[in-house]
Amino acid sequence: MSGDVSMADVSVGNTEEIAVEDDKMTILPGMASDGSAASFKIKDEDHTLGNTLRYMIMKNPDVEFCGYSIPHPNDNHMHLRIQTYGEITAIEALQKGLRDLVDVCDVVENKFRDEYNKGDYVQEEIA
Amino acid sequence: MVDIHRDYVSNVSSTDFPGNFPGEDHAWDLEKFKSNFNVSISQLTERTSNFDLIGIDTSFANAFRRIMIAEVPSVAIEKVFIEQNTSVIQDEVLASRLGLVPLLVNPDSLDWMVDPLHLNEAHNVENTVAFSLQVKCERNSDGTIKNENVYAKDLKFVPFEGQTISPEPTVAYEDILIAKLRPGQEISLTCWAILGVGSDHAKFSPVATASYRLMPQISILKDIEGEDAIKFQKCFPNGVVDIVDGKPKVVDPRKDTVSREVLRHPEFEGKVKLGRRRDHFIFNIESTGAMTPAEIFLKSVAALREKATVLQSCKLE
Repeated sequence: MSGDVSMADVSVGNTEEIAVEDDKMTILPGMASDGSAASFKIKDEDHTLGNTLRYMIMKNPDVEFCGYSIPHPNDNHMHLRIQTYGEITAIEALQKGLRDLVDVCDVVENKFRDEYNKGDYVQEEIA
Repeated sequence: MVDIHRDYVSNVSSTDFPGNFPGEDHAWDLEKFKSNFNVSISQLTERTSNFDLIGIDTSFANAFRRIMIAEVPSVAIEKVFIEQNTSVIQDEVLASRLGLVPLLVNPDSLDWMVDPLHLNEAHNVENTVAFSLQVKCERNSDGTIKNENVYAKDLKFVPFEGQTISPEPTVAYEDILIAKLRPGQEISLTCWAILGVGSDHAKFSPVATASYRLMPQISILKDIEGEDAIKFQKCFPNGVVDIVDGKPKVVDPRKDTVSREVLRHPEFEGKVKLGRRRDHFIFNIESTGAMTPAEIFLKSVAALREKATVLQSCKLE
């Protein structure tokens, strides 16, 4: 490889965004016939989403149980178990959890931006 | 409140869930969260920051921390083409050191390389920034040695044909020592920097430190007076406890390191209670340079939201 890199070495690649894979989230076998209990397998997610989503879903009074696990550290996926009291389905509980999680992020971002714009803090390095 | 005892902690887990306590409503309520949640920034500069998130669950504070370390993208040297290296540093060690040099390149100005191993994908003006390092060590006529030290500032940005990036990419710190040379030794190489995430390699992490601690709380249960008051004050770092009318008063628990020193002394037994607020997080973020800590934090919030919206768009069955 030459020291003076020219554009001949660097052809234009594709820059398209990757679409969400079909198997990003799947329902594991054994869903209750009325849909009140189900386990989900979510690919490429870990404790970051697992724990926050578990918290949001547990905040729902219609949910009896919610827990997540990472079955094996070598496999890059997470399991999420939801059981409801029967008033809503597990899928509905998951969707509500996701909506609530987005709401939390919006609130955190807005409050942080407000404080940031106020400029009411030390702005120099403290030696 | 998390209780801190002499040699153990108790009451550690969150319990704010519906059905946990009879008669208490812990169902999710966005308006309640909005009015309870608070951000308080105490310091925010180009490189460091210190701010509090108050009224949020640990799972979120931890998610933001994890994302800042491992998932907010930044630019680092990924490939090194060595033309000449007669220094005592081996090629692979030199390449590893170059990878870890923090760069001042706006991550938004580069595109992703989709293939993680870059085997079937070409580098191009949109996804790669090139730097060149050309240093030759020589003995001057007066006996002094020229270019004895190779510093990060010797890495020079080399734009590809037709490539314009503003501001011009540089290194974040000029005085990072990369190698040492003796007269006659030479390093000549080209490096390519790309966008990556900290979970792939720590060199892509945009933060040097991203951590939080819980706000300490010190409650004085019974009066402490006289000599004991002074002794009590000395159990804490300076500025945590003041003496007012001969009695200790907790003025700034934020400064406390929770050393538990006060719990070692029998005279304070039953008179003081140490704890930490479970929903008050004191964040400390240090950036490696390319982005301000505020930007990094906001990107972590956006990344968590993105995770949820991606799942929302997933079709089940």
